Amino acid sequence: MSEKRLSLSPARFLSARRRHRSAGLVVLLFGLLAVGSAYAAFAPDNAVADNSAQSQQIEEGKKLFAVGCASCHGLNAEGGSNGEGKFAGPSLIGVGAAAVDFQVGTGRMPAMQPGAQIPRKTPAYTQEEIEALAAYVASLAPGPAVPGQESYDVSKATDDQVTRGGELFRTNCTACHNFAGRGGALPNGKYAPSLMGVSEKHIYEAMLTGPQQMPVFSDQVMTPQDKRDIIAYLKALQNQKDPGGFGLGRLGPVSEGLWGWLVGIGLLVCVAVWIGAKGVKAKGAKAE
Amino acid sequence: MSEDNLPAVKADEEHSQVQVAEPIPDPGLEPHEHRITDIDPKAADRVERQISAMFTLSTLLVLGACVAYFVIPRDAEIVFGPLSGNASNMTLGLSFGLALFLIGAAAIQWAKKLMVDEEIIEERHDGGASPAQETATVETWQQGVAESGFGRRKLIRRSMLGALGVIGLPAIVVLRDLGPLPGRSLYNTIWAKGIRVVNDVTARPIKPSDMVIGQLVNAIPANLPPLQEESAVEYQNARAKAAVIVVRIKPGEIRTKPGRENWGIDGILCYSKICTHVGCPISLYEQTTHHVLCPCHQSTFDLADGAKVIFGPAARPLPQLPLAVDAEGYLVAQSGFTEPVGPSFFERG
Repeated sequence: MSEKRLSLSPARFLSARRRHRSAGLVVLLFGLLAVGSAYAAFAPDNAVADNSAQSQQIEEGKKLFAVGCASCHGLNAEGGSNGEGKFAGPSLIGVGAAAVDFQVGTGRMPAMQPGAQIPRKTPAYTQEEIEALAAYVASLAPGPAVPGQESYDVSKATDDQVTRGGELFRTNCTACHNFAGRGGALPNGKYAPSLMGVSEKHIYEAMLTGPQQMPVFSDQVMTPQDKRDIIAYLKALQNQKDPGGFGLGRLGPVSEGLWGWLVGIGLLVCVAVWIGAKGVKAKGAKAE
Repeated sequence: MSEDNLPAVKADEEHSQVQVAEPIPDPGLEPHEHRITDIDPKAADRVERQISAMFTLSTLLVLGACVAYFVIPRDAEIVFGPLSGNASNMTLGLSFGLALFLIGAAAIQWAKKLMVDEEIIEERHDGGASPAQETATVETWQQGVAESGFGRRKLIRRSMLGALGVIGLPAIVVLRDLGPLPGRSLYNTIWAKGIRVVNDVTARPIKPSDMVIGQLVNAIPANLPPLQEESAVEYQNARAKAAVIVVRIKPGEIRTKPGRENWGIDGILCYSKICTHVGCPISLYEQTTHHVLCPCHQSTFDLADGAKVIFGPAARPLPQLPLAVDAEGYLVAQSGFTEPVGPSFFERG
């Protein structure tokens, strides 16, 4: 380099070098450095903000989600890709904590395999893990929260409320779930599950969130009191005794008729065989 | 068996039978073998005791049933492991049922073990009457016709046939008691302009903002009068025709039929709940597919596509009720249904 060039002012230096071969690269590096530093300066400090328990729970849920749920529902719960022959889980943005608590709490999620219907089974997660997952999904977008104990506690339900719950149940639920809450068939291999043995909270959450094919019964249209009455009715139904010992699915004349047909006619056949059977003969003997 | 019932042996030439050689020779009766009770008086006595024990037990059971009827309280329960039931019903049913069974069982045991069991052969006799009997019958009939004057006295014959012909008329006339003709009632429901759509059972009005995507509401018109004993039939008729389902579907998934662009509100659609096949109330709704299925005969309607029939025997889509919002923000009907709800009927085809 000549002395003349060294004496240039910085502005003149840049101006003179602007067409240099590596000028573009230098500018790009400067730009990246500036944006990076600015982000570091203005972005919320994770180490400080995450101290609250809730954020920890969300973080925990996010980790669980990435391991157990993301393969179908997408890394950010945006829904799985719908490639050729691939199963796609729906987007979970806005489904709320109640939906997670229901799906994971009844063991439906994580699903064993894609299919017409995801069945109820033993939950795979602990209650704490379910709460973390619910907190994470709820943090994505507002949605129905897990109902409090007071919303579904039916231990003090009066007979009037049970009756009213029965009316609501028969109007809104029996079409799919059967008049005795024993469930029923839906098209294409799907079915409405039995409601016997389902916890109060999960029944409430199902009405609130509409899992799988089930329509939603929002709190504004079907108030918490309505829902509580329905739950009270279902619990009363569940505690009802079956005269004779067997409910036969409480399906009414179909199963009772089949039982009568098989057992009743079977007994008649046995009697007919006895009537027609020849008794023991005394070979070669003569009557006295 | 009396000899009269046996076939006349070759009575005349007209009824002669063609003799066919038996393809399989008649084996005749097996040699009779005696039962133990026939040869052993002690065994016979034992069976007699069995039979009389069954009759006696039956008597005791019937008496026991009568006593149980008075003794066992009506609400008493029998609990036996998983089996449980009303004690009175069970005792009465078991004792009386067993008593009846024992009478039958005793009678059969008696017939099988003690009554005579000698095999006998009873030949089948000819089915037709003898020619002499046939002639006698025809003669009697003709004599009756002549003596009654049925052929000769035409006035009596015709008036009698007339009387017998109209005797069935009252059976047709009383069909009128099946009820008055339906008139225009099948074309109308109580839905009309401005009638609020309210929840069935709770009668609570609905705001569009109350409904979320995937919601189902079983609804009735707000002007349905309360159920009263004197107008119960009118109430049931009005209610049965006016029941609707309201659903909210993502607006992007709805295929609106031409002319129905303003019938829904942000994806909230209202359809008749009465199946167009034979009128079952349907609310078996799958929110993922927007299909509503009739449990009676599996007619399936796509609510996102104007309730088009996509499966089953229904002949036409569910009628849609045009919705609007009133001044207070509640869902109301724009008008009544624009077509009759429910199944097809004679005048409509």
